[in-house]
Amino acid sequence: MKAIKYAAGAAAVMFAVASAQAGDFKPAVVFDMGGKFDKSFNEGVYNGVERFKSEAGTKYREFEVTNETQREQAIRKMAQRGSNPVLGIGFAQGPAIEKVATEFPDTNFAIIDMVVDKPNVQSIVFKEHEGSFLVGVLAAMASKSGKVGFVGGMDIPLIRKFACGFAQGAKHANADVEVIQNMTGSTPSAWNDPGRGAELTKGQFDRGVDVVFAAAGGTGIGVYQAAADAGKYAIGVDSNQNHLHPGTMLTSMLKRVDVAAYNVFKSSSEGKFVPGMNVLGLAEGGVGWALDEHNEKLISAEMKAAVDQAEADIIAGKIVVQDYMSDNKCDY
Amino acid sequence: MEDLINIAISTLAGTVRVSTPLILCAMAGLFSERSGIIDISLEGKMLAAAFVAAGVAYVTGSAWVGLGGGILIAVGLSLLHGFACITHNGNHVVSGVAINILVSGLTVVLGVVWFHQGGQTPTLPQEARFLPIHFPLAETLSEIPVIGPFYAKVISGHNLLVYLAFALVAVTSWVVYKTRFGLRLRAVGENPNAVDTAGISVTFLRYRAVMICGILTGIAGTYLSVAQNASFVREMSAGQGYIALAAMIFGKWRPVPAMLACLMFGFLDAVSIRLQGVVLPGIGEVPVQFIQALPYILTVVLLAGFIGKAIAPKAIGVPYVKER
Repeated sequence: MKAIKYAAGAAAVMFAVASAQAGDFKPAVVFDMGGKFDKSFNEGVYNGVERFKSEAGTKYREFEVTNETQREQAIRKMAQRGSNPVLGIGFAQGPAIEKVATEFPDTNFAIIDMVVDKPNVQSIVFKEHEGSFLVGVLAAMASKSGKVGFVGGMDIPLIRKFACGFAQGAKHANADVEVIQNMTGSTPSAWNDPGRGAELTKGQFDRGVDVVFAAAGGTGIGVYQAAADAGKYAIGVDSNQNHLHPGTMLTSMLKRVDVAAYNVFKSSSEGKFVPGMNVLGLAEGGVGWALDEHNEKLISAEMKAAVDQAEADIIAGKIVVQDYMSDNKCDY
Repeated sequence: MEDLINIAISTLAGTVRVSTPLILCAMAGLFSERSGIIDISLEGKMLAAAFVAAGVAYVTGSAWVGLGGGILIAVGLSLLHGFACITHNGNHVVSGVAINILVSGLTVVLGVVWFHQGGQTPTLPQEARFLPIHFPLAETLSEIPVIGPFYAKVISGHNLLVYLAFALVAVTSWVVYKTRFGLRLRAVGENPNAVDTAGISVTFLRYRAVMICGILTGIAGTYLSVAQNASFVREMSAGQGYIALAAMIFGKWRPVPAMLACLMFGFLDAVSIRLQGVVLPGIGEVPVQFIQALPYILTVVLLAGFIGKAIAPKAIGVPYVKER
């Protein structure tokens, strides 16, 4: 372990020298409304860029958006100051990236969770429906009541995509399972309302749900707390959230935004930035589910076998998970 | 049918939980405004109290010490508001808005510096929270249809601060209408000259009113972060202070009607949470958007049609200057 650390340190020093010679490489990241410590989506990105910083020794500029009007200003400011590449986080930054990318054709941009069709933008999107399918399988198998719940953040197609994948996975494992879905709200404040998240979860528990999956940013913290208080299972999202409440966190659906963010900076630092679409699914290791010391007792061998089988089938194309965003429909 | 009863009962239980901070804030606003001090900073005081209570409860491991911390900071902000409005005759709305903005920024900045979690406080262990209290016989009685579950879920099973909030409505009503202090409080909001002529200090009376306001908002904030949730999250008051202010005006500055208005807002909120995705007999599944708009639609209807003219205390927002 130590040897690796030293090697990485040495590489970092060499890299710092090289990059200083090659002119200045100044990456920047603009976090979205949840903030970089939301224990979920934005925090995943933060972990990825921090890993890059410690490995490469290159500092990055960052900004946390706290209201909607700041997105475009923040991104433009980064481009004006000569940052390259500029990484935007979240679907809501799409229009801002598109506008600023047109104004600065020589700067590279990347955006996670949105497609922006410009020659200098890399659009990174995930097959969340595939990862959600897997945790849906686990939820249905862990449920004793035959009812599983979903709590979404803001009611947008992306979150419906999570919900639809989850429902398909649950029905795949148990055709009789009932899936109850709730959305927290229809404005961005729905990402940061743990009180309402907890109320929604209690409402679902009252209706018989005993496993709940939250894809709701900071609101999810209220969902997991409500599950821990009631002694029922919850499933985390984006980052590995198993450690939040060991014993009641069944698993987390992983969306490797950390890897995506790291790769954007890494490839740019090597001069290999590629604009265009970058779709990350199960096959690419972009999504998955979390198994660690906090939840290994909750996942039986049977459950693990079933979810591994489902994963293999999806990668092999035997199971096709419907993508809500392809036709704005969910038949499950 | 059984499903419907279940939904109704869980909605009522949700109503009680959601209304609690509104009721506490409405009573707080009532004391302040009855004395003639407009208090738009209920929101900010509640948020500050939520932050301090969660932080203190985490550090000390005691919910009670957290509650004390929450009350202290809210009273401190109340005194600041009083200093600006009572001592220096400042504009009440400006001072209130300033407190709201100050708190909204300061809680996040201090949270980042102290707890390194982006403005959140660490999750509280169960011992450091106000946990639900289960009344005797709740288990045994729950077999009886309707009444049993009602007793078990709506009456029993809430945390201490919920019961405190409802008790404080009765206390507020008694203080405002039945005590000498209450009489003077109401008088100073209507006609401070008369109170002054009677030889009672307007300034001291108003300071006492805003301090009571601080204590109550402190309890409301503590409820948010230490009882309802288990950590402080930035902007977690989410506009509830303003809703409480509206509820108090709905209730025409009277304790019981203000509480009923809070329960109505809480009920609509709880309904909008429970009805999502539920198939109602004869109606089918109600669209989420309609459910979410429902509280606002009903507010407009009630405001336009059923609530008569709300008349504020006469001297509200007017600085009192002794004639020399």
